[in-house]
Amino acid sequence: MQYRRTVVKLEDVWVHFDGVTALEEINLSINQRDFLGIIGPNGGGKTTLLKVILGLLKPSRGKVRVFGDTPERGRKFVGYVPQYSLFDRDFPVSVWDVVLMGRLGRMKGFKRYSEEDEKLAYEALRTVEMLDFSASQIGKLSGGQQQRVFIARALVTEPRLLLLDEPMASVDSPMQTELYGLFEKLRHRMAIVLVSHDISAVSIYVDKIACLNRRLFYHNTKEITAEDLEATYQCPVEIIAHGVPHRVLKVHK
Amino acid sequence: MIEILQYEFMRNALIAALLASIACGIVGVYVVVKRIVFISGGIAHAAFGGIGLGYFLGVDPVLGVIPFSIVSALSMGVIGRRTKIPEDTAIGILWVMGMALGIIFVALSPGYAPDLFGYLFGSILTVHTSDIILMLSLNAAIIAVVFLFQREFQAISFDEEYAKAMGLPTERLYLLLLCLIALTVVVLIRVVGVILVIALLTIPAVMSRQFTHRLSGMMLLSISLCAILTLCGLWLSCAFNLPPGATIVLVLGVAFLLSYYFCCGASF
Repeated sequence: MQYRRTVVKLEDVWVHFDGVTALEEINLSINQRDFLGIIGPNGGGKTTLLKVILGLLKPSRGKVRVFGDTPERGRKFVGYVPQYSLFDRDFPVSVWDVVLMGRLGRMKGFKRYSEEDEKLAYEALRTVEMLDFSASQIGKLSGGQQQRVFIARALVTEPRLLLLDEPMASVDSPMQTELYGLFEKLRHRMAIVLVSHDISAVSIYVDKIACLNRRLFYHNTKEITAEDLEATYQCPVEIIAHGVPHRVLKVHK
Repeated sequence: MIEILQYEFMRNALIAALLASIACGIVGVYVVVKRIVFISGGIAHAAFGGIGLGYFLGVDPVLGVIPFSIVSALSMGVIGRRTKIPEDTAIGILWVMGMALGIIFVALSPGYAPDLFGYLFGSILTVHTSDIILMLSLNAAIIAVVFLFQREFQAISFDEEYAKAMGLPTERLYLLLLCLIALTVVVLIRVVGVILVIALLTIPAVMSRQFTHRLSGMMLLSISLCAILTLCGLWLSCAFNLPPGATIVLVLGVAFLLSYYFCCGASF
């Protein structure tokens, strides 16, 4: 196996909110071109972990390196697709402007969007196959189409790591398959971290899986042990791990 | 209607209404799309403390409002963001503290405060040339800031968390936006008074939102709507001898209900 650079490294990371532990002793390395799925129950700290990588949250303890730098400085190489529910569907803005907004972090002073910004927005919309909708108001699109636009917004910064927070929420199943097709296409260009509470769908496409419920269970492979899953979901979950056709989780002896 | 313009107070009232429309058309759009109506109401009401301060110091009350409302806007923003006190709680507390301070200041001031009612509910018919100069310069400041920061304001209004993840100084931008609201309140005080300010900051913007999905389009449309409806209200108040501030607000409210009924009547 060829050597791949580490893009994100977390060592002994803890996060506390008002005395409640949200993340406990997290150790994680993400390598170039990894496609990592992080699964775990709601409230298990999945979004918190992404925010730590993005530098939006300071860990109470531990070390975070993003592209060999602090998260604040490393995040210029990181594209982020936040959880769907966070935005106002009636907001008066076109798809084109949403995608261009992704360039704001790279702009200096009070300049206008440059030709290069517009070219990158065009390319990003073409990648997610949403060029035909660039003049539409964002709220007029379906859940899956909106998700594509937010992926395009993350792509305009030409990221080397893409963080996706529950990208399949509010996306119907045919569209989910298409979105996974898009991730297949993108994974050759960047590392992808996909966070979800839905174990079965994620496990088909990703090449590595971690379980997160305050603690992270991760063996740098796609195999998760029944013990890990039980510890994560805190109830027996054998039924999802065994005997179902097309599941990639291995049968445990 | 034309002959009424030979009076200076009427000309000033018209100019004041137009200048107020520019400020509230621009800033009101952010108030509506970023859903910060409550904090804007808080800033407007707390501004009454500044009026009291002006009386107390013996200067033009409007000059007391500028620093006072900026300080209260910044306090609401900073307390809401940096402490564990929820933002709406902080707004509620500063809202009443500002008003209470105003009342105390007025009580401590020597003499009688004859035009206090005007600052509360508007006194557009007594606008002086000096007021107009002040409104003009505040408008210029508001337009300049919005022109320079339009993309940043759009980003923090649409998705503040994402803007922060991109490395924008979101908290400072938010505080700057609150300062613009404070300045807009100052522009609007003469027209409708601190109590009724929120009508001009929200109704034209929310009406224009039904017709466009561009922020710049919303701003132009809400400036026009605000100007037309304010002038309608002013005319009605003259024709029927009603208080102008309250009449303007009622005209705005009725126009909103009508536009909502005809635009979204099916889902009414």
